[in-house]
Amino acid sequence: MSTITTEELAETTLLRFATAGSVDDGKSTLVGRLLHDSKSVLTDQLEAVERVSASRGQEAPDLALLTDGLRAEREQGITIDVAYRYFATPRRRFILADTPGHVQYTRNMVTGASTAELTVILIDARNGVVEQTRRHAALAALLRVPHVVLAVNKMDLVGYEEKVFAAIAEEFTAYATELGVPEVTAIPISALVGDNVVEPSANMDWYGGPTVLEHLETVPVSHDLSHCHARLPVQYVIRPQGPDHPDYRGYAGQIAAGSFHVGDSVTVLPSGRASKISGIDLLGEPVDVAWTTQSVTLLLEDDIDISRGDLIVPSKDAPATTQDIEATVCHVADAPLTVGHRVLLKHGTRTVKAIVKDIPSRLTLDDLSLHPHPGQLVANDIGRVKIRTAEPLPVDSYADSRRTGSFILIDPNDGQTLTAGMVGESFAAPEPVKDESEDDGWDF
Amino acid sequence: MTTVATVSEETGSPYALSHLDALESEAVHIFREVAGEFERPVILFSGGKDSIVMLHLALKAFRPASVPFSLLHVDTGHNFPEVLDYRDRTVEKHGLRLHVASVQDYIDRGVLKERPDGTRNPLQTLPLTEKIQAEKFDAVFGGGRRDEEKARAKERVFSLRDEFSQWDPRRQRPELWNLYNGRHAPGEHVRVFPLSNWTELDVWQYIAREGIELPQIYYAHEREVFSRSGMWLTAGEWGGPKDGETVEKRLVRYRTVGDMSCTGAVDSDADTIEKVIVEIAASRLTERGATRADDKMSEAAMEDRKREGYF
Repeated sequence: MSTITTEELAETTLLRFATAGSVDDGKSTLVGRLLHDSKSVLTDQLEAVERVSASRGQEAPDLALLTDGLRAEREQGITIDVAYRYFATPRRRFILADTPGHVQYTRNMVTGASTAELTVILIDARNGVVEQTRRHAALAALLRVPHVVLAVNKMDLVGYEEKVFAAIAEEFTAYATELGVPEVTAIPISALVGDNVVEPSANMDWYGGPTVLEHLETVPVSHDLSHCHARLPVQYVIRPQGPDHPDYRGYAGQIAAGSFHVGDSVTVLPSGRASKISGIDLLGEPVDVAWTTQSVTLLLEDDIDISRGDLIVPSKDAPATTQDIEATVCHVADAPLTVGHRVLLKHGTRTVKAIVKDIPSRLTLDDLSLHPHPGQLVANDIGRVKIRTAEPLPVDSYADSRRTGSFILIDPNDGQTLTAGMVGESFAAPEPVKDESEDDGWDF
Repeated sequence: MTTVATVSEETGSPYALSHLDALESEAVHIFREVAGEFERPVILFSGGKDSIVMLHLALKAFRPASVPFSLLHVDTGHNFPEVLDYRDRTVEKHGLRLHVASVQDYIDRGVLKERPDGTRNPLQTLPLTEKIQAEKFDAVFGGGRRDEEKARAKERVFSLRDEFSQWDPRRQRPELWNLYNGRHAPGEHVRVFPLSNWTELDVWQYIAREGIELPQIYYAHEREVFSRSGMWLTAGEWGGPKDGETVEKRLVRYRTVGDMSCTGAVDSDADTIEKVIVEIAASRLTERGATRADDKMSEAAMEDRKREGYF
């Protein structure tokens, strides 16, 4: 208790990550172990788990009870929804999207992975790479999660054999690389015993890599912004009515990608009007430069018409606007998505009317095969969709920008979120080089 | 003009935000989304540290303009006087409008009945939900954090409530990227939780960094308390102590602020923010486990109350 110093409580970085694993791969145990060994489970929580476990006649505390928060989940002993967990080490703060492993909850993994910088895919060392593993890898590739960790669990049940681990790691890495996953880190673990989760394992001296926690603590969380297209979706126009700021007119938003500098020439989409950045306010303080994901307010030299839903971009790097979007989607609602469906599309801060023009294919995650013209997409389906919007939108490819290349479809009747959409090609595999002259700027 | 483009030794990159900056930016984004999409938003403001941090973030989000939201306090009638005083000073300082939903008023009118245990926390739901309906609030900001309790760990940032303010965990909308869906029918409203991803320690670190003033009861002070169910409760007109409970003077502070009848103090000599942060970081008890009697009632106490419309 006395070991905590104020230096250790300095500001650190934040890593958002998600877990994926089949029902019996030991995901809850891994999550429980990470929380427990990083001292994020507190006495009263543990006591509550012990109390409930004992009342059910279980001898050892069931760590899954730490993460199953809803009555129905505890009754059925399954996880039915994404839950968010929080823990910290002196080096980093973590937000864990704890997603259920059941195949029918693809939408939950998509939800968790949409904000994750890293995903941990669990494998049972006895079973090796199975269908479910390939599904998880495909989803990580589809959502373009920058870092993937393969945790080969239950090493204690295969005699801590290096060759078992090596064969699984090789098979998985080959498959993931083919999908375009940029980085795979394979770690042999036993979540139950605690090998290589937080503490290095004494049982696997052949392994020289990091533990799961060490890797989580050191994986880079920011990207090289020089190659990013700068994008600011305008959320709200700030116009103080008071006498102190009679002429202040600021465009508030969270920078979705890249960076903006005072003096930059910018264009406002979809109108196409141009101006220059005369100032940037970072929550009330003027700054010279601001970058993703800061929430800022831009001030422009010219008094032009800008409102919520517009996108401010560098004039030299503006996406074309379009009313025809082709995307890969994951359908998340119980009611199906059909051709002719009238929907609302939310992209950045803009919501427009749209219509589903075509569903060219449905993807089977197991073998990545495409089924042409399925007619509809039902809950948890992934497919290609063509959408016509009522107004032109400046969309990026999801491969270029997870923020400005993504959208959701909303049911205009009951407001339900129907579908998660990613603009452009499905997988991050290298694409054939295209002739620039054939490129109309958006249709990949 | 200042610049913040400093390379942090800790993060190793000029473009990685610190965890507090990342959480702040996300919360501000949420406030601005609500301002852009809703007609009549309101911030639940209790004078507790989470709602104080919420208001601070809202003030930063719209600078140099003023906050485009009013405040709503559910007054249990058993509030700490220091907290009510803080509430009123804050409202005045920022020129805000305060709505009050009064539990005492409902009891006086005979609509609600005092519980045998004297706890008024569960009685807040009806005054809150009726006020939301009467004022036609369509977005209600709450300071709830997912780290507080495991039913809250399942909560969305934008959480749709029906016309009875009910939460149905099975009918929640998936939340993808930062594309929050605020659609709702007339009579429905959305509860919005900008501090969803903050932990208790984040809140305290942020309070320290921003120099935010809090009600004094958050810091160690001598107070007349008595012990009930393993918690130190403040003696007062709300009905404690009962026979057999003896009052003593102890050095204590509060980790949460709520109704006096069910919010316990903890023994502490942390009388500065630095000491509070070290104490929280070393504590082996959660905030609610240490100080909230009502959450100990059953395994699903929070889930059940949330379903009914509690914050």
